Amino acid sequence: MATLLTVEDLKVTFSTKFGQVNAVNNISFTMNEGEILAVVGESGSGKSVTALSILQLLAKNGRIRNGVVSFGDHNLVTMPEGEMRKVRGAEISMIFQDPMSCLNPVFTVEYQMEEVLRFHKKEMSREQRHSRMIEMLELVQISNPEQRLKQYPHELSGGMRQRVMIAISLLCQPKLLIADEPTTALDVTIQAQIVNLIKELSRQLHTSVMLITHNLGMVAGMADRVQVMYGGEIVETAPIDVIFYGSRHPYTSGLLKALPKPNMGDEPLHPIPGSTPDLLLDHIGCMFYERCDYAMECCRDLTPPKYRISSDHMAKCWRCHPDFSETAEEKEVREAR
Amino acid sequence: MVNYVIKRVLLAILTIFVIATLVFVLSRAIPGGPFDRERPLPPTVIENLNRKYGLDQPLFNQYLLFMRNVAVLDFGISYHLLGDETVNELIARTFPVSCLVGVWAFALAVLCGIPFGIISALMENRPPDVFFKIMTTLFISIPSFVVAALLQYTLAVRLGWLPVAMWGSWKQVVMPVIALSAGPLATITRFTRASMREVLDSDYIRTARAKGASSFTVTYVHALRNALLPIVTVAGPMFISIIGGSLVIERIFALPGLGWRLVQAITGRDYSVIMGLTIFYAILLIAILLVVDLLYAFIDPRIKISQGSRSSEGGD
Repeated sequence: MATLLTVEDLKVTFSTKFGQVNAVNNISFTMNEGEILAVVGESGSGKSVTALSILQLLAKNGRIRNGVVSFGDHNLVTMPEGEMRKVRGAEISMIFQDPMSCLNPVFTVEYQMEEVLRFHKKEMSREQRHSRMIEMLELVQISNPEQRLKQYPHELSGGMRQRVMIAISLLCQPKLLIADEPTTALDVTIQAQIVNLIKELSRQLHTSVMLITHNLGMVAGMADRVQVMYGGEIVETAPIDVIFYGSRHPYTSGLLKALPKPNMGDEPLHPIPGSTPDLLLDHIGCMFYERCDYAMECCRDLTPPKYRISSDHMAKCWRCHPDFSETAEEKEVREAR
Repeated sequence: MVNYVIKRVLLAILTIFVIATLVFVLSRAIPGGPFDRERPLPPTVIENLNRKYGLDQPLFNQYLLFMRNVAVLDFGISYHLLGDETVNELIARTFPVSCLVGVWAFALAVLCGIPFGIISALMENRPPDVFFKIMTTLFISIPSFVVAALLQYTLAVRLGWLPVAMWGSWKQVVMPVIALSAGPLATITRFTRASMREVLDSDYIRTARAKGASSFTVTYVHALRNALLPIVTVAGPMFISIIGGSLVIERIFALPGLGWRLVQAITGRDYSVIMGLTIFYAILLIAILLVVDLLYAFIDPRIKISQGSRSSEGGD
C-alpha cells in the first residue's frame, strides 16, 4: 500500500495564561491509502490537536513548533494559506463531534453543500453540482434528498445532520477523511449506523479515514490499525487484532479493561485510576508512570523509547525492552486477562 | 406571515389606545394649565380661552372628545403657537428635519459601527482592537452635547469649514449627524465586536474553514449573518430614539426639529401637542419593533413567525 500521509516529529503547543501547554509531543506516524486508522485516547491526549494540525486549523493560540506533515509531495506545515485552502475540503476533509453545532444555522443544507463544490470544483455547472449533491445525499442514505436540500439544519435530527456533514465532507472525494469523534454526540442506536456508513463509504470512494475516538468498542468493527495516544504521545500502535489480543502497553490494556462488557453481571467497571498528566509541565520519564500498575523505577526517571515489537507494532514502554522479564506472578495476571 | 402582521397591527391599535389614555391622564395631572403665564392673564380671558378649547368641560367629556379625535388622528391645534397650524402640520414641518438628521446619523452608526466591530473582533487584542476599544469607551461615556460643542468649536469656529448652526444647506446637517451618531456608533461597534467574537469561535465556523472557505467568506458570509441578530436587537430601539430627534442636539444646532418641540409642549402644558407627538412616537415605535421582529425571522430561519409570537424551534 502506498503511503498517503506522513507525520514526522510533530510538536504542537498552546500558549495559555497559565503557561505553555505541550499538547502534542514529537509524534510520528504514517497513514496508507485506503486505510482506516483509529486514534484512541482519553480527552486531552492530543488526538484532536493532531488532526487539526494536519489541516492547519489550530486555534489562534496553538502553534506547530516542530515537525513535518507530508501529504503527497507537499509539507502541509509550511504550505501557504492560499494553497492550504485548496487542500481543505477537497483533498483532506474533516467532520466533527457535534453535528448540532457544526452546521451553520442560518443557511440551508443546499447552500452548505454547494459551497464546497463552488470552492473546489469551479468547472462544474449548476446542474452538475445539483446532481452531485443529490447523489451524495443518497449515498449517505438520506431519504427525500431534494426536499432535504431546501431545509435548514434545525429541521433535521442529530443523526441526519451528521449524515449531511459526511456528505459535505465527501463531496469532492477527498483522499483523507478525518472524523473527530463523529458519533460521540449521537444516540447509541444511531452511532452504529454512522460508523458503518463511514466505513462503507471509505471503501466505496477509496478514501482513507482517520477516526478519532475514545471508544475502543467502536473501533473494533471498523479500523484497520489503531494508534493509542496518551499525554500528547503515541504510546502504542498496532493492527486492530494485535491491539485487542496482544497489546503491550499497560495504558492500552487499561483502556480495554475499562470497556463495559455485556456479561459483567454485578462486577464493577474498571476505570483507570487517576487523571491525565498536566501538559503544562515538562515531563521526564514515562507519561503514564503515575497511573501505571506496572510502573518501575526506571519509568519515573527515563523516557521509554519506542520499541518495535513487529513490523507494524510499536509500543512505548520499558516493559518491551529485550532484557525485561516479567515475574511469574505478573505473567499470570497478564495472561488471565 | 400576513396573519401575523394583521395580529400585530390590531395589537398596536390597542396599545395606542392605552398609551393615549395614559398620556391624557398624566398631562392633566401636571399642575397648571396651558394659559398660565408669569404675568397672569385676566380670569375672564382664561375663561374664554378654556371655553374656546373645550377645557371648561368635565374631564371625562374632554377625554371622550380627545379619544374620538385620536381615532381619526386629528390632534387639533397648538395652544401656544401663533397662527392656526394644526399639530399634524407641526409634525409634518418638524419631523422631516429630525428624520433627515436621524436617518443619516443612524446610517453612519450602522455603516461604520459594524465594520469597525468586525475589524476589532478579527484583530482581538492587537492595536486596531485596542484603538477601537478606547474610542468606543470614550464615545459611549461622553454626552452628545460635549461632542457637539467640540465639533462646533473645531470645525466651525476654528477651521471655519462649516456653519455653526441653523438649518438650510447640507453643510448644516454634517455636524448634527456626527454628534448624534457618535454614541450609537460606539455602541454598535461594541455589540458587533462581542457578537462576532462569539460567533467566530463556534463550531460551524471551524467547519467552514475545514471546507476550504477563504477568510473573507468565513467572516462575511458564515459569521456575520449569525452575528447580526444581537445587533438588530439593539439597532431597532436605537433607530427610534435617533430619528425621534434629540432635544439637546436640536437645541445646540438650532434645528427646527421635533424633539425640542415636545419638551416645549410639556413644560407649557400644551395638551394637544403633547398628545399628538406622543401618539406619533408610539406609532413609530410600534412600527419599527414590528420591522425588527420581521427582520429577525429573515436573518435567522430558526425563528418562526407564528401564533402572534416569536418562537424558536429545534436547536436542541
